[in-house]
Amino acid sequence: MPLSTQSQAEDEQYVLVASLDNARNLSNILRAIAFKDHAIFSATPNGLKVTVEDCKCLQANAFIQAEIFQEFTIKEDLVGFQVNLTVLLDCLNIFGGSTVPGVSTALRMCYRGYGYPLTLFLEEGGVVTVCKINTQEPEEPIDFDFCSANVTNKVILLSESLKEAFSELDMTSEVLQITMSPSQPYFRLSTFGNSGNAHYDYPKDSEMMELFRCTQTQTNRYKMSLLKPSTKALALSCKVSVRTDSRGFLSLQYLVRNDDGQICFVEYYCCPDEEVED
Amino acid sequence: VVTTISKLTKMCVLRLTPDNLFFVLSGKVANGGVSMWCELSQLSVYPPSMQANFFDEYQMEGVSSEDNEICLEVTPENLSRALKTVQSAKTVKVKLTKKHCPCLTIAAELPTLSSVSRVVTHDVPVDVIPRRLWHEFKEPSMPDFDVSIYLPPLKTMKNVVDRMKNLSNFLVMEANLNGEMNLKIETDLVSVTTHFRDLGNPPWGDDASQDGGPSQRDLEAMAQARVDIRKLQQFLMGQQVNPSKAMCNIVHESVVHLILLHEDVSLQYFIPAVA
Repeated sequence: MPLSTQSQAEDEQYVLVASLDNARNLSNILRAIAFKDHAIFSATPNGLKVTVEDCKCLQANAFIQAEIFQEFTIKEDLVGFQVNLTVLLDCLNIFGGSTVPGVSTALRMCYRGYGYPLTLFLEEGGVVTVCKINTQEPEEPIDFDFCSANVTNKVILLSESLKEAFSELDMTSEVLQITMSPSQPYFRLSTFGNSGNAHYDYPKDSEMMELFRCTQTQTNRYKMSLLKPSTKALALSCKVSVRTDSRGFLSLQYLVRNDDGQICFVEYYCCPDEEVED
Repeated sequence: VVTTISKLTKMCVLRLTPDNLFFVLSGKVANGGVSMWCELSQLSVYPPSMQANFFDEYQMEGVSSEDNEICLEVTPENLSRALKTVQSAKTVKVKLTKKHCPCLTIAAELPTLSSVSRVVTHDVPVDVIPRRLWHEFKEPSMPDFDVSIYLPPLKTMKNVVDRMKNLSNFLVMEANLNGEMNLKIETDLVSVTTHFRDLGNPPWGDDASQDGGPSQRDLEAMAQARVDIRKLQQFLMGQQVNPSKAMCNIVHESVVHLILLHEDVSLQYFIPAVA
């Protein structure tokens, strides 16, 4: 049952059809936000947005534009559903995620609409696997009300520099403190753990700093446990933008290049830790 | 071979006859009803010039001249570990000895930098099985199967089964005489079916035909069995070498019989179906 011979008539019933020659272009980016079992899928003619939330304090979004897909057909302005992300990832990797060059799993994702399961057709080497994943009513994603107008501080860094810092972060510290300022220390990450305090400073004229736009000195603390999942997105990315707004909310935006060199975005929104008033 | 078996079972029986070695596991409840039969032919099928036998010297004397066999209970992992350490040996001798208890003694001559060889001895304890229990370890008969089919590449099967195991405890294996095999799982959350095509059916699979030969409809009829995924995964995990022939017989809703052939070794594995 090769994917390409699905009849026109069958396609008529689907409200969303998305095809990829290489399923890894979807599974890799979804893994970067897979810290909870459930994900909200929102599809529009622009592409696919997948949202995962935790404790109402953390939200991760992955954006895969329609252009990334070899085929992206949508019959409505907005198609939304919720699925178990862990199950979805297991299905996308059903053939074991081989690293043999030239061999990839092709994907055709189809959705008939409210109440129907999400159907995945995956093919590798002539073997076809069909997965039907049950969907639920999508929850409304939280609106963190983070708009560009309220952004007080913004930096764009090459991910390389942050990757090192994040891999060395003291995990015994309950919070990660981020200080951004137009003056020294410019951009600082701090931890307060069992073995003492650690600070990572990034000067504004460092070659790792692509953009530096800080208007006021701000220090905010965020729960380490909430930010830990973002390291997956960081690992995949080549650039990251760090922004805070007047309320101290944090926005991390990661620029990710997939296997074929195309660009996708992952963003994380995080509430500041309210216990500490700085 | 021994390493493969040690991955399949903790304890098994080694049966020695003048012509063959057999590793047997009978389908007791303790191992979930799974049974295994692995046969190593001492006398090669090929003419001596083409292929060496397993052993250059093979001498055995059974319990008596009528029952010319020996049955031993072994832990294959111990045997495998002992054999691993002597892989680079110049010569290896395996003897059945009696130390403080019966043992398979593996004596190996290992090469060293100097001219004097080192001799390493491993004693693997075994239990001798009395003759009255020998009937439990007889060669299994080929079951009256509904479908016989060649297996898809084991690596692909293993990858898929590994992932399916994350999603469900049970898997349905179904196949037909048209070279098609499906692996299916179904839970509250998800249903996944992997379709293998153009696998080919071994020639003896025509047994199930009615007079006039199987019709097209009969060819497509599926025989299926629902098995515990872990048992299937265990079987797939153990395969280190690509077998020259890999087949599967399915008795509808009863048992899955897997057969691997590689040079002089044949391995049969029976997985019972669950409701």
